[in-house]
Amino acid sequence: MQYVPNIIFTLLLALGIGFFAKNLKKIKRNIQLGKAIDRKDRSKERWLNMLKIALGQTKLVRRPVSGILHVVVYLGFIIINIEVLEIVLDGVLGTHRLFSFLGGFYGFLIGSFEILALLVLVAVVLFWTRRNVVKIKRFWQKEMTEWPKKDGNIILYFEIVLMSLFLVMNATDVPFQEMQAGNTISQFLAPLFADFSLETNHVIERTAWWLHIAGILIFLNYLYYSKHLHILLAFPNTYFANLNAKGKFENNATVTKEVQTMMDPNADPYAVSENDGAEPEKFGASDVTDLNWVQLMNAYTCTECGRCSSVCPANETGKELSPRAIMMKTRDRLEEVGNNIDANKGVFKDDGKQLLKDYISPEELWACTSCNACVEECPVNIDPLSIIMDMRQYLVMEQSAAPQELNSMMSNIENNGAPWPYNQMDRLNWKDEA
Amino acid sequence: MNVPTMAELMAQGKQPEVLFWVGCAGSFDDRAKKITKAFVKILNKAKVDFAVLGAEESCTGDPAKRSGNEFLFQMQAMANIEVLNTYEVKKIITACPHCFNTIKNEYPELGGSYEVMHHTQFLKSLLDDGKLTIEGGSYKGRKITFHDPCYLGRANDVYEAPRELIRKLEVELVEMKRCKINGLCCGAGGAQMFKDAEKGDKEVNILRTEDALSVQPDIIATGCPFCNTMMTDGVKNKQKESSIEVMDIAEMIANAQDL
Ligand code: SF4
Ligand code: SF4
Repeated sequence: MQYVPNIIFTLLLALGIGFFAKNLKKIKRNIQLGKAIDRKDRSKERWLNMLKIALGQTKLVRRPVSGILHVVVYLGFIIINIEVLEIVLDGVLGTHRLFSFLGGFYGFLIGSFEILALLVLVAVVLFWTRRNVVKIKRFWQKEMTEWPKKDGNIILYFEIVLMSLFLVMNATDVPFQEMQAGNTISQFLAPLFADFSLETNHVIERTAWWLHIAGILIFLNYLYYSKHLHILLAFPNTYFANLNAKGKFENNATVTKEVQTMMDPNADPYAVSENDGAEPEKFGASDVTDLNWVQLMNAYTCTECGRCSSVCPANETGKELSPRAIMMKTRDRLEEVGNNIDANKGVFKDDGKQLLKDYISPEELWACTSCNACVEECPVNIDPLSIIMDMRQYLVMEQSAAPQELNSMMSNIENNGAPWPYNQMDRLNWKDEA
Repeated sequence: MNVPTMAELMAQGKQPEVLFWVGCAGSFDDRAKKITKAFVKILNKAKVDFAVLGAEESCTGDPAKRSGNEFLFQMQAMANIEVLNTYEVKKIITACPHCFNTIKNEYPELGGSYEVMHHTQFLKSLLDDGKLTIEGGSYKGRKITFHDPCYLGRANDVYEAPRELIRKLEVELVEMKRCKINGLCCGAGGAQMFKDAEKGDKEVNILRTEDALSVQPDIIATGCPFCNTMMTDGVKNKQKESSIEVMDIAEMIANAQDL
C-alpha cells in the first residue's frame, strides 16, 4: 500500500505531460499549415535575438512598470521551477524534501524561492489591479471581451493560488520550520497554524503539496487554450523573427519571374511557362494557409498584451484596425482550421469561411499606415504588419478590390510613372520654376 | 539652377558621383518642390558632383507595393533598375524616405544594388568631410522639434543624422514624448496619402500635430515630403500656421546659409 501515492503521482504526472504533449503536437501541425519561409540563416544573430528579447526581456522593460513586474513574475516562474523539480522527484520516489541533503545551501534555495514567491504574489496583485481596477485602456479594447478578458484574469488567479499553496506548504511543514533555514517568508505564516495539531499540520501540508503539483499540471495544460502559450513560444518566435530592416517587404518571386519575362526582349512570348497546367499561384493571403509558418507561429505566440494596438496610429484614432486583433483573429481561424482537419480525418473540409471577411475586414486592412510601430513595440517580435500586407495583396491582385482612390493612384503610376496625374516628361519642370 | 541630368552628362562622357533621386513628391508636389530646390542649392554650394534622371525617373513603386499591387511595384522597380544600371549608378541620394527605403531594401533582389542615402545622412557626411558648414543664421536659438518619418526611423533605424544636422543649426531641439523608435506616424504611409482615412474619431495627422504642439516648437522639422504635407495640414487645422512652420531639414540648412 505504501507505494499508492507514488503510483498515483506518477500517473498524474504522465497524464498531465502526455495531454500537453498532444496539444503541442497539434500546435506544431497547425503552424506547419503555413507556407514555407526560410528563417534558418544568420543563426548567430537569431540566438542573440532570442537571448536578448525572450530570455532578457529587453523589449518588455521599455515600459518600466509593467516590464519590471513582468520580469519579477518571469524570474519567479523560472527559478521556482527548481522547487518543482524537487516536488516531482519527491512524488515519484516517495521521498520528502529530497534536496535537503544540500544542507545550508538548501535553506538558501528555499529561502530565495519564498522571497520570490512573495514578490510574484505582489506583482500579480498589481497586474490584477492594473487590469481590473485601474482599467488600463489596452486591456479594455473591443477584442478584449469574453474569453480573452477572462483568460487574462484566470492566469493571475492561477499564479496567486500556486504561490500561496507553495508558502502554505512550507508553513505547515513542521520539521522544515524547525530547521529554521529557508523559511524566510513562511515563518510568518506558520503561527497561523500553530494551534493545530501536528497531525492537522501534516494534512494541510500534504494537501497543499498535492494541490500545488496538480495546479502546475493543470496550468501546463491550460497554456494551450490561453494567451499564456507565449511563455514557451516566445523563444522560437524571437529566434525565427525577421532580421532585415523593418521597411523591407518581401518581394514576390512569382511576380518577379513574370515581370522579367515581360521585360525581356528576347523572351519567347509563346514559350510554355513552367506553371502551365498547374493551378496559377494565388497572390497574397485570404486564409491562414496562405500565410507563412512564422506568421502562424506569431499568432500562437501573441500574449494579447495590446502594446501594439496602444501605439498603432490607426487604432489610436478610433479606426477598426487593431494589430492585436489581427493576431488574435489569425489564431482563432487557425484553430478553427485545425479542428476542422481533426474532425475530418486529417483533411480540411471546406467550411465556406476564410480569414478575410469572416474574421478580418478590408476596412481594418486599409487603415494601416505600414508605420511598423506595432512591430517595433511587440515584446516578442510579432509582425502584424506582414499579415496586413499579404491580405492587401490578395484584395488587390486577386480581387481588384482596392479603395477607388488607390485604384486611381495605381493607374496614374502605370500611365505616368507617378501617383498623381502629371506627365512624366514634366518631372524636371521644378528646375526652372521660380 | 544647375541641375544636370544623367543623359546630359553621359553625352559629355561624364559620370557623376551621386544620383539625386528626386521622387514623385519632390518633382510634382508644390510644397515638396521647395525641398528639392533647397537640397539642390546645398548640393551646388558644396560642389557635389551630382545629376538627376529627370524625365527618365519614374515612381519607385512604393505606394503600389504598400497598396498590395506587387505586380505594378515590380514593373516600376525593374524599369527603374534598368535605367539606373544603364547609367551605372553607384550611389543614390534622396530626400524621400519612401524612395530611400524601397531602393535601398527592395531593389537589390530585383537586380538593383546601390549605395542609398537619405539626404540627411548625405548632408551629415558632407559636414563630416568638411564640404559643408552649417550655421544657425536666423534659426539660432529657436525651438525645433523633429518628427521621425516611419520609413527613415523604424523602417531603417536612422534617428541620429537628422538630429545632428538640427543641432548644428544652434537651435533648441526639443523631443516630442513619442520620438525615435516610439515616434507616431503622420498618417501618410502605406499609401494612406492617396486615400481618405477609414472611419474613426480623429485624423492621424491631427494627433501627431497635437504631439508636436504640446512641446511648443517654433518649427516642426521633417525629413519626408509626405510627413511635411501631413504636418502642414495639421498645423493649419489647429490654426497655428502663423506661429509654427513645418520645414524640411534641407530647407532650414539652405535658409540658414542664405542659399
Ligand atoms: S503598421 Fe499598421 S497595424 Fe502596425 S501600428 Fe502601424 S498602422 Fe497600426
Ligand atoms: S502582437 Fe505582440 S504587442 Fe501585440 S498584443 Fe500580441 S504580444 Fe502584445
